Amino acid sequence: MTPDPTAPLLSVDDLVVQYHRPGASPTRAVAGVSLQVRAGEVVGLVGESGCGKSTLARAVCGLTPAAEGRITYDGTQVRPLRVRRRDPALTGVQMVFQDPYGSLNPRRRVGAQIADGIRTATGRGEAADGATPEDLLTRVGLSAEAAERYPQEFSGGQRQRIAIARALAARPRLLVGDEPISALDASAQLQVATLMRSLAVESGAGLLFISHDLSVVRLIADRIAVMYLGRIVETGPTAEVWADPRHPYTRALLAAVPKPDGAGVLPAELPGDVPDPAEPPTGCRFHPRCPQAFDGCDREEPQLIAGGVACRLYAA
Amino acid sequence: MTAGNVLEISGLTLDLGGRRILGGVDLAVRPGQVHGLAGESGSGKTMTGLAALGLLPPGARTGGRIELEGTDLLTLPPRQLAALRGRSVSMVFQDPSTSLHPMLSIGHQLTDHLRHHLKLNRRAAKERAAELLTQVRIPNPLEALGRYPHQFSGGMRQRIAIAIALACEPKVLIADEPTTALDVTVQAGVLRLLRGLCDELGLAVLLVTHDLGVMSAIADEVSVMRHGLVVETGPRGRVLTEPRHEYTRQLLDALPGRSTV
Repeated sequence: MTPDPTAPLLSVDDLVVQYHRPGASPTRAVAGVSLQVRAGEVVGLVGESGCGKSTLARAVCGLTPAAEGRITYDGTQVRPLRVRRRDPALTGVQMVFQDPYGSLNPRRRVGAQIADGIRTATGRGEAADGATPEDLLTRVGLSAEAAERYPQEFSGGQRQRIAIARALAARPRLLVGDEPISALDASAQLQVATLMRSLAVESGAGLLFISHDLSVVRLIADRIAVMYLGRIVETGPTAEVWADPRHPYTRALLAAVPKPDGAGVLPAELPGDVPDPAEPPTGCRFHPRCPQAFDGCDREEPQLIAGGVACRLYAA
Repeated sequence: MTAGNVLEISGLTLDLGGRRILGGVDLAVRPGQVHGLAGESGSGKTMTGLAALGLLPPGARTGGRIELEGTDLLTLPPRQLAALRGRSVSMVFQDPSTSLHPMLSIGHQLTDHLRHHLKLNRRAAKERAAELLTQVRIPNPLEALGRYPHQFSGGMRQRIAIAIALACEPKVLIADEPTTALDVTVQAGVLRLLRGLCDELGLAVLLVTHDLGVMSAIADEVSVMRHGLVVETGPRGRVLTEPRHEYTRQLLDALPGRSTV
């Protein structure tokens, strides 16, 4: 289906997403973001809560309209979902939501909900591969009998596996996970995250994995993008960013992860809260909290340079 | 009960619906110390914490002893237990968005138990509440008292939950995954706050967490639980660097980029 194998599967260019509130200026939750996901690649998007990660994910799936910029999936422009049926070409993008208690229909059997996904795949003209809901449930590590049961009979981790099975049933070429593990029990988080990675990579699909849990993203992502207040501040291969974070915000985020070395060192604190995105600071959005801010940071807004960092410390 | 311990759990067993959940747990918490309780989900960490507050689900059958300064909490009549709960032992839960009441103001939730336990009048309770909010570093405490939980961020809400738990100056604080729902940067602040309160007020903290990084950052003593039993207890540095039990070693080896071998 892809004419050019090197072209990114998903391409987000200068995306702006705004939320309108009565009697106030619009909030730019995503303020000019560019991002690419290639087939078979796992991109981790991290950042503090309120930085616009989820809004970006919703825009990619067409659930929130973009105010400016373009989102293209496999050559097709992603348009917001309205009353009409979604463009069949776009059903190759599937999303796993944060809360498996809200994303599954409580009144329908698990098998029937997964069968919807299988019909979606055949509906866009892909040849039936004979996969049944039972097969998909086995792939996500549940028993085939689960198909006959209702969502409330399962725990949070199991429900999220069902949600993943449903998304995979549509044979997505791009899977978007919006904090898919944060509602799960601590010990189920890593299992579900690695499951998503292996299933996506196995089927050659791209995965955009959004999480605020850096330690999980480190384990599953090939490439990482760090977001702060609606903008991407740093991006690069996970190992490189982890070993040598360049943006002061990335450094602060990584320094705040406590290390299990038994030394009793309290992690470094980043003072202050994320500012209100309706009234972002002038210049670099991070400058009020930045330990390395210098003259001019409050006036000039840095752009993401070729090295993958948006900070005036690295200006050419 | 050994001198120096404020809370001592010995041989605690718990049966729920015909299944054995805890098979004889022994733990001791000292004033001014953070005792970490690690283990995977279903190992009985949370149940141990809840048992110390008498908050077990209906139908739970317990055995053994949970002594708070010599009083056995398991055999205490409900009225006397209620007098201790929130007063001498209090708890902070995992998710600050569900542990606070959405329709009561912060001030209401902070003063309710102050007035009940300490018999403070409205004005004194309000003053104390503002003082507590200052202690957990909430900006504009007096104004914050009139606001509602949804007007605060997750980290702020967890700070408020901690303030509520600390209001009556308890001797023991049970914190069940207090930072799991928070961003790492916010987590760092909450961990510093907990450690500080422990050092300044001589509070004894029983910290239930699956995160060995968090454990390493603030716990003094660490106990590792598995299948309802404590498999290893010891000082933080030793347990995390030279684990003696095979299971602790497995937990540590499962962490990215490290190995005890």
